[in-house]
Amino acid sequence: MAATESTTPAATPPPVSEWSLPGMGLIKGLVVTGANMAQSFYRKDRMTTVQYPEERVAISPNFRNFPFLAYDGEDPATGLRCTACSICEKECPPQCIYIVMDRDENGKALKRPKVFDIDVSVCMNCGICAEVCPFDSIYMDGEYEIATGDRFGSLVFHKERLARSTDYHAKLRPAQAAEVAARRKADAEKKAAAAAAKEAKAKAEKEAKEKAAREAAAAAAAGDAPGTPPP
Amino acid sequence: MIPDSAISFPPSPNANPALDDDQLLHVSLGPQHPSTHGVFRMNVVLDGETVVSLKPVFGYLHRNHEKIAEGSTYLSSMPFTDRLDYICPLTNNWAYAHAVEKLAGIEVPERAEYIRVITAELTRLINHTAFAGFFMGDMGAWGSALMYAFRERELILDLFEDLTGARMMSNFMRFGGCRNDLPDGWADRAKKYLATFPAFLDELEKFLIGNEILLARTQDIGALPAATLVNGGITGPMLRAAGVAYDLRKARPYGIYDRFKFRIPIGEKGDCYDRFMIRFLEMRESLAILNQALDQLPAGEYIHPKAKIRGFKAPAGEAYAAIEGPKGELGFHLISDGTFTPYRYRIRPPSFINLTLLEDMCLGLDLADVVLILGSVDIVLGEVDR
Ligand code: SF4
Ligand code: SF4
Repeated sequence: MAATESTTPAATPPPVSEWSLPGMGLIKGLVVTGANMAQSFYRKDRMTTVQYPEERVAISPNFRNFPFLAYDGEDPATGLRCTACSICEKECPPQCIYIVMDRDENGKALKRPKVFDIDVSVCMNCGICAEVCPFDSIYMDGEYEIATGDRFGSLVFHKERLARSTDYHAKLRPAQAAEVAARRKADAEKKAAAAAAKEAKAKAEKEAKEKAAREAAAAAAAGDAPGTPPP
Repeated sequence: MIPDSAISFPPSPNANPALDDDQLLHVSLGPQHPSTHGVFRMNVVLDGETVVSLKPVFGYLHRNHEKIAEGSTYLSSMPFTDRLDYICPLTNNWAYAHAVEKLAGIEVPERAEYIRVITAELTRLINHTAFAGFFMGDMGAWGSALMYAFRERELILDLFEDLTGARMMSNFMRFGGCRNDLPDGWADRAKKYLATFPAFLDELEKFLIGNEILLARTQDIGALPAATLVNGGITGPMLRAAGVAYDLRKARPYGIYDRFKFRIPIGEKGDCYDRFMIRFLEMRESLAILNQALDQLPAGEYIHPKAKIRGFKAPAGEAYAAIEGPKGELGFHLISDGTFTPYRYRIRPPSFINLTLLEDMCLGLDLADVVLILGSVDIVLGEVDR
């Protein structure tokens, strides 16, 4: 039995021709089945069945099913990172995300979602929303026992149901969460540094301006002083 | 009340007067038939047990994928390609990414190419083991063979789950690479698993190949001349079983397949037996490729640093790119008008095109052979109906 380079036939004649006894192939096959059955009692790699729900297989750290929304701090109502930018809504292949931006009474966008719904009966667990979100807000969950008898209402997850703390994320996907946290911290520091620099610059400019004004005033005062000859 | 005689039906344009014989039996095989590999229907006309005519009926699993893709972004179509041939999502991903990369002229880093080859060849192993199991099921040996095949498949799916996050719907390839890098230790685990695979193959071969029932059922069944297959556009193991050494990995090397040493198994007669055997031989070659790829796996980027995930736009143009999927040539034809969505998106699904010669293979044989021949074509309805 050998695969061959293009020209010679590869599918070899059946090994049955070696046997003069008819039915030998069948018996050989039965021996394999028998061996498999016997081994299934003592060989670990042949005991493949897991007695769910009594036994469970640990899920892979990379496993994904439905998305969740991450929030900072304690309160999901205020801590959601989502800015309702709707990028995920646009990229979601089956279009199962529905977002409404929260606005104040003047119609100004508050950069947070008023409504954030995911219809998990439509969601196909692709993970594209998590991939495209630029604000580290949406991630894939690993929770899988979410069957429900209610066909409509409870299959639309609202933002309260979707919200999960960053601690939850860190527990679920430590590597990803650590990377995100480090990046966010670096970004925040950079932002703070930039803000501080800006403030310092503004302050310096202001001081310089004041100083110049003071000097000009002083000069003018000096110029106005009686007895001084005009320049 | 309108009398019956007043209603006249025009003759169907497809009506074949030769089949209007009272002695012939018209059987609608499927769409809910255990042997049809999904929702496929065959309208079979039988003379006793002998097939006189066979008309395939497709479309029960039609999801309008190609049209939907024209209205969604390039990236959004990627997870839908998983659902084409749902046994082999990773090769579907690759074929689509390959076409978009050709369209937009995107480079793929070396490491990403290796990851793609590794996942594609593992997919081939899954497909071919599952094929062996299903094929035995079609023959009436429902159970053991498929269970053994699925036991191995589950172990490969474990690897896929760690890598892509999903056992089947992987959504893994991106334009310019892969979505994520191999997790720590993944390559070693894959190597360790592959070391056990030849033993499984030996066992499966011992289990099946000498079996007299299998030989009696498959030899000299469903063979067609190689020329007919070539003219019919048949590709993949079905064509190679008939002795035509056409494999895109060699004929039009894509990715980095020119770096590996492997052979193309070919058959002699192209009957069901050869089609069955060719898959076993291909698995051995896939193993060779996998071992080489895992040994050579370079460090580096898993996706091109300039690859765009959000808001990807392809330049106006047209591209067709195909890869050798486990079932045959899997191609994507894309036409872009320079916007975020493709203007035209068309798939060349191997299972669908391999099915076109079904009637020619079945005429004059028994009904039981039809089931076998359909099994030997190795179709997945997700891909046939799209
Ligand atoms: S989850 Fe992310 S991408 Fe989606 S709206 Fe919120 S911030 Fe935007
Ligand atoms: S996982 Fe995919 S389908 Fe589900 S909400 Fe996210 S983008 Fe949409």
